[in-house]
Amino acid sequence: MTKTDKNKRSIFVRMDKLATIGLGIISFILGIGLWWFATYVGSTNLPSPIDVVIRCFELAGNGQLFVDIFASMRRVLIGFLLGVSIAVPIGFLMGWYRLARGLIEPWIQFFRVIPPLAIIPLAIVTMGIDETPKIFVIFLAAFLSSVVATFQGVVNVDRTYINAARVLGASDWVIFRSVVVPASTPFILVGFRIGLGSAWATVVAAELIAAQSGLGFRMQQAQLYYDLPTIFVSLVAIGILGLIMDRLVGRADEYLTRWQEKGTA
Amino acid sequence: MAQPEPKIIFRHVNKIFGEGPGAFQAVKDFSLDIAEGEIVTVVGPSGCGKSTVMNIAAGLIPLTDGECLVHGREVKGPGPDRGVIFQQYALFPWLTVRKNVEFGLKLKGIKPEERRTLAEHYIEMVGLSDFADSLPKMLSGGMKQRCAIARAYAVDPEVLLMDEPFGALDALTRVRLQEQLLETWSQDKRTIMFITHDVDEAVYLANRVIVMAARPGRLSKIIKVNLPYPRTDEIRLSEEFIRIRNEVWRGVYSRGADAA
Ligand SMILES: Nc1ncnc2c1ncn2[C@@H]1O[C@H](COP(=O)(O)OP(=O)(O)O)[C@@H](O)[C@H]1O
Ligand SMILES: [Mg+2]
Repeated sequence: MTKTDKNKRSIFVRMDKLATIGLGIISFILGIGLWWFATYVGSTNLPSPIDVVIRCFELAGNGQLFVDIFASMRRVLIGFLLGVSIAVPIGFLMGWYRLARGLIEPWIQFFRVIPPLAIIPLAIVTMGIDETPKIFVIFLAAFLSSVVATFQGVVNVDRTYINAARVLGASDWVIFRSVVVPASTPFILVGFRIGLGSAWATVVAAELIAAQSGLGFRMQQAQLYYDLPTIFVSLVAIGILGLIMDRLVGRADEYLTRWQEKGTA
Repeated sequence: MAQPEPKIIFRHVNKIFGEGPGAFQAVKDFSLDIAEGEIVTVVGPSGCGKSTVMNIAAGLIPLTDGECLVHGREVKGPGPDRGVIFQQYALFPWLTVRKNVEFGLKLKGIKPEERRTLAEHYIEMVGLSDFADSLPKMLSGGMKQRCAIARAYAVDPEVLLMDEPFGALDALTRVRLQEQLLETWSQDKRTIMFITHDVDEAVYLANRVIVMAARPGRLSKIIKVNLPYPRTDEIRLSEEFIRIRNEVWRGVYSRGADAA
């Protein structure tokens, strides 16, 4: 491939991207316009976009919004980091040792079908009503998706890579470190992405049920007072933060697995 | 004239996969001596146990019965004394060409500076100097296989085991890599066991062509290739070459040979 070829192609890619962004903006404006129109003609009792923006400034101005965001983010990050840092070693263990797999897998398969939220009553009764039960269910959500992904990643490592390492004189430990870990990284990162998504979903729901702070709590309070603009602001914040976190993991994924041959999709 | 000991010895090798009613005999009573510095090619229909035999010598598959010796020692597992080149290239996609080639050198405990020099040498040998810091995904199939060859050569194995290494490449690239393989071999005279399904390739490279038959996988014929090296274009097009090629062809494809 010559250099000019490459340049040409990257220009095309950029134009494509610009077009996509442009369409996105147009679609956004149309959507908001439609919403505003619907509230303007009074065909719905939802707040208008303007009400929501005003409430957003109020909540941001008195700092309430940031306090809520901080409370929710803190729970998610602590739970998520705890979850994945325990999930990855256990997933490796399960993929590498038959014994570990046999002992651990039934439990994981069982807990995997229970929605983490369903653990909340149990967690509250046994752990009290402060941060611990909430962080625990988020931990569980992140742990379960990451442990399965890691384990799948190890099981799916191409035998050819392992054989190629063995014939070059690699010991089991070297194979693990230099082949199994990098080869399963793409799987693990998919698990992280799903784990973070489900942790975020779980925190909001957990706060709806039992919390004195956070975006979920704020919505639950607003519901009591029929305060629709605050509910909207919270929802939009949840969406935007979820998107940002997903993008961050996505970027990390792209970077760490840039060696992968991607099919021309 | 005292015969030196063969480099690779298969003695009555049997391989049965599985146990009980599901057991499958992949290789039956396979015996073969490969001399030091010899190129032996193995041809046969798919599923006749070519890869199995080679993987037994590589130490990747344990044999069920019989003996396999490489440099006079019983094969107990894989090792860097036997370089293996796989059809699927098997480059580590997360490592650059250079890091791939250095992988085995690192395991041998060679110091970084020396590692780099050695890797550089073998990367140059296969003509990938411009791509030394590229990831495998940037390489064509032929370049990937050249990188795999450099990686295998770098640890300086006495024996090369190649399992259809050029099978996935286009005809032109294949011929070029065949020529390069012979050129390198003419200098270092490593012992090579080379599996292929291409009859032309088998004859072009070999001192001897081993024809295998299926169900059960076994050695059916050994055909000596009495053609000098270097194998020039004249030799490739000579009548003797074509005669041997036809003999191998009949050995692989004719029903008569199979039933015998
Ligand atoms: N791990 C295995 N388990 C069961 N059967 C196998 C295994 N590996 C190979 N075989 C069988 O053994 C036979 C020989 O395989 P192989 O040596 O790969 O053939 P070839 O390389 O000549 O195409 C095939 O029928 C294949 O299905
Ligand atoms: Mg094969």
